[in-house]
Amino acid sequence: MPEMSALNKKLTQTLAETISKQVKHFNKRETECLIRLCNGLLGDQTVSIHNSLLLLVYLAVFHTFDKDSDGYISVKEWIEGLSVFLRGTLDEKIKYCFAVYDLNSDGYISREEMLQMLNDSMIREPTEEDPDEGIKDLVEITFKRMDYDHDGRLSYADFERAVREENLLLEAFGSCLPDAESTLVFEEQAFKDPPGQ
Amino acid sequence: MGASLTRAAQWTTASSGTGKLEITPINESLLKEILSFVEQFSSRHPQEAKHVFKEPLQWSTTLVASDFKTDYDISGPTVQSQEKDSEGHPLLQLSPPTIFARSFSQLSKLVQLANDKKLKEVRACLEENRDPVVKILGPSFATVLEGEDNFVLRLVDKVKQEDQAADSALKVKLFFLLQHLDNQLLSNSLKKISQEVRLSPAAVKNEVELLKHFCSEGEKRVLKSVRYTSDYEFSNGCRTPPWRQVHGDICYLVIEPCDTETLYITCSTAGVFLNGGIKQEGEENAYERTSEMHKDLVTLLKSRSPHFAENINKQVQWNLGRCIHCYLPFVFSKTPVGVMLAEAFSESSSESEEDEEQPERRPESNTDLPSEYWQIQKLVRYLKRGNQTATVLVLCAMRDFNLVQETCQLAIRDEGGLEVLLNLLDTKEIRCKIGSLKILREISNNSQMRRAIADLCGLQSMVKSLDSLVKDLKALAAETIANVAKFRRARRTIRQYGGIMRLVKLLDIPDLATPTAEQERDVEVARCGVLALWSCSKSTRNKEAIRKAGGIPLLGRLLKLPHENMLIPVVGTLQECASERSCRIAIQTEGMIKDLVKTLSCDNQELQMHCASAIFKCAEDKQTRDLVRQYEGLQPLVLLLNKVDNKQLLAATTGAIWKCSISMENVAKFQEYNVLEILVNLLTGQPEEVLVNVVGALGECAQIPANRAIIRRCGGIQPLVNLLTRTNQALLVNVTKAVGAFFLPSFRLLWSLLKNPNVDVQSSAAWAICPCLENTKDAGEMLFYFVGGLELIVNLLKSTNKEVLASVCAVIAKIAKDEDNLAVITDHGVVPMLAKLTNTTDDRLRRHLAEAIAHCCMWGSNRASFGEAGAVAPLVRYLKSTDSSIHQATAHALLQLSKEPNNCITMHQNGVVKLLLGMMGSADEMFQEAAADCVFNIRRLALANDKASYGYPP
Repeated sequence: MPEMSALNKKLTQTLAETISKQVKHFNKRETECLIRLCNGLLGDQTVSIHNSLLLLVYLAVFHTFDKDSDGYISVKEWIEGLSVFLRGTLDEKIKYCFAVYDLNSDGYISREEMLQMLNDSMIREPTEEDPDEGIKDLVEITFKRMDYDHDGRLSYADFERAVREENLLLEAFGSCLPDAESTLVFEEQAFKDPPGQ
Repeated sequence: MGASLTRAAQWTTASSGTGKLEITPINESLLKEILSFVEQFSSRHPQEAKHVFKEPLQWSTTLVASDFKTDYDISGPTVQSQEKDSEGHPLLQLSPPTIFARSFSQLSKLVQLANDKKLKEVRACLEENRDPVVKILGPSFATVLEGEDNFVLRLVDKVKQEDQAADSALKVKLFFLLQHLDNQLLSNSLKKISQEVRLSPAAVKNEVELLKHFCSEGEKRVLKSVRYTSDYEFSNGCRTPPWRQVHGDICYLVIEPCDTETLYITCSTAGVFLNGGIKQEGEENAYERTSEMHKDLVTLLKSRSPHFAENINKQVQWNLGRCIHCYLPFVFSKTPVGVMLAEAFSESSSESEEDEEQPERRPESNTDLPSEYWQIQKLVRYLKRGNQTATVLVLCAMRDFNLVQETCQLAIRDEGGLEVLLNLLDTKEIRCKIGSLKILREISNNSQMRRAIADLCGLQSMVKSLDSLVKDLKALAAETIANVAKFRRARRTIRQYGGIMRLVKLLDIPDLATPTAEQERDVEVARCGVLALWSCSKSTRNKEAIRKAGGIPLLGRLLKLPHENMLIPVVGTLQECASERSCRIAIQTEGMIKDLVKTLSCDNQELQMHCASAIFKCAEDKQTRDLVRQYEGLQPLVLLLNKVDNKQLLAATTGAIWKCSISMENVAKFQEYNVLEILVNLLTGQPEEVLVNVVGALGECAQIPANRAIIRRCGGIQPLVNLLTRTNQALLVNVTKAVGAFFLPSFRLLWSLLKNPNVDVQSSAAWAICPCLENTKDAGEMLFYFVGGLELIVNLLKSTNKEVLASVCAVIAKIAKDEDNLAVITDHGVVPMLAKLTNTTDDRLRRHLAEAIAHCCMWGSNRASFGEAGAVAPLVRYLKSTDSSIHQATAHALLQLSKEPNNCITMHQNGVVKLLLGMMGSADEMFQEAAADCVFNIRRLALANDKASYGYPP
């Protein structure tokens, strides 16, 4: 990490102080580390972060991070996002995942959205009459399983209940959370150096 | 060396007999190891080296007399060692070209003499002595070696029977040394063989299938196409013409990579290489190899196509992991190496295979299968095609079926779902692993599935999953292992792949008073770990492995936790382990007896049963017995005796009471709780596993006279004596001991009364001894304790008192039923003394005398001796008596005596036939038969005599 000016250091610390009070799961020191990491991402400096996390910051995830939808992720949004990523409770993660899967942000996951997300999840059988039949069937099975109120769409309540019954359904329609191992590696690297030293 | 020589060494002819050892690297190293073993034997084991072989090892040597130096007597071409055996035969002898060696010390010297011919000599020796162990230790050891179960026990038996001589210990040691060498050789050569596993058609096929998956459209693809040159597959899995199969060719492939020219590939058993361009069948000149040999297709493609090499790694993590279980079973079970592996490591513990194969229940035809079957099969097909996301969804969908149902399990297996599920365990996808394990955990309740999982090497992957950082995954893997480890082979596999160590590690959770949510999950992981250890602990070697991995103290810590669902497997495992002495010591030294005693008072009967059973096993040790008393465990045990309906609990409790009562202090304590009365009540109407322990406990308690009185008072004698008719060996041992405790003291007293000078005392003591001998099963053994007692009784035959004589004859008739005792009294001259008494006219004496003679005939040449001593003629006269009980005894005695031809002559001369014929009309069938048989014996002799004299029957 390159040298920071005294002012920068001071600013970071104040910011960390404020944010750590607003965001769950991180203490001040950890927040400071994450801010510096964020600054690193913004600047030209290359920061060594575990690849898997960087890969995960793709579009949908970006949208959920960017809560005020201004097209940018603020430092606070960044830290809030990471808080769910790294240390989120099941509740927080369910909310986050639902938001990612609700592609058009209408509060429901439709069959079409589901099909769209799962489109490439199976190797097609060219020999079959309808090569997509497998995918369609799987979407149908999954949809029936999760649509508890039988209204033809998955509400947040449906999703939450399904995940609570079977935790594996948390990332049902594509992975959007780092796995335990990546989280561990990331935390180890990000919180390695106490700031200001 | 037996096993490694027959299984690992490569012989030129498969059959045994005189084959030649092929010159291969494996044999070479085998020979070298055997050579160094022999070379160092003398210095390492000087005692054993002197042991003289049962039979000499002999072979044709290239050594000549001039090679031998000091310590040998050389005369011309022949050589003899100066070292001789006890009978003066030389231990080494050379009469060219054959050499005989009869001890390891000579063999050691020999290889040292042989210098650069060492290996040659060892080779020749092994080639001509295919079963060296048998020659060294004798043929009986071959059978010991062959059956792997129980072999130590049988070994000990063998040595015991064979000779009592001092060298038996030496023999055992030698045997173990050889056995050890054998194991070492085997495992070393296995290492070598497993490096050279050759390709099989199935493995090639799997790899081709895998590569076909990479030929999809779009950016991800790593290959353009993969195809066989021939669609026809022979029944052996090959796609090459038979005349090429001879060369090991399995199939020819045409593979189009994305970035280089088309590759023409031959897959053969030796490996994979490029050929001269076989595009279709029958291109004669293209078979030769044009590239180097690769071990599989992926390596070959990596070396040829940079694009493939670059992209395959990205996809292969997911996909290769997914095919490993299609390969492994072939590597491990279908190849000779695999079979060998399985044999070489087969368990030697004596446990039985408790997990019996269930017959497969399957509807007659496919149309009878319910719709679930087809739905699950469809899901399995999706599972094979799906990526990580789809896989998880399919797994969840499968979980919605009732997987306990056999139809669903069969559907998964029939469609190859087990392989896919197990393959998922080798990917990096945690959610897929969890999903897969959730299904495997359910279906592994079925023994067929368990076996299939083990056959597909699934346990190895589960064991690996125990290292994961994800707690849920660890817990699930452990739980599934607990289910699968219901049969011996599975338990062995788990141990061999380091499962025990990993499972024990799961138990290492901090001591927690108030655990957090996260720590609760640790507790759950530990619980699953214990469940798995419980299943595993049913194999002897696993018990030891658990102890070595430090499992006992960890179990001890868990024993202090309040959770009942944790305690049952913990105590269950402890009680399984407690059958090993080393584990018992650990349990005791870790201070667990206190906790076990405490847990005895819980209100869960299953838990109480395991606790009692652990105490049962541990209380073999005196210190443990004392600890149980100190921690006040005796009363709770007695209280548990009230739960008469739970037979398992009752068996464990009575067992614990039995073992605890070996210590007299405990017996005194038990008496305070009136345990004897309760135990006596349990003597009737209980299953044998309870009876064994109850009688055992009574036997221990009865060592104290006061307790004998109590047992007698509550009517314990009759039921105890009744148990003497049972056939259960363990029960009989205990019953005899208990009954003995009652009779032995009085019996001893009676016996000493025989020495009393008063003839009335003598005779009444002898009369009293008779029923004792009759009622005690092992009377013979009991008499064994009275050194000099038998001589005493024989000497009493010199008495002049008729009553004494009669009673002593009665005792002798009883004693003589035991062959060993009969031999002893014969030595003391019982035969002439009885014969001398035969002239008596006292009917009472006559009867017992006849009985005694009948029984004494059963040993050696006693029949003839009686005849020579003139006992036969007086006996015949007994038949003229009016007392029918005399007739009966006499007929039996005559029958025995008539087996000796000279006696028959005497009987005949004394007119016995007429007398006996007269008696055959008697109502007593036994008597009739004895009389008839006796006449028959006499008649037969007469016939034989006639035949000998006249050459034909008159």
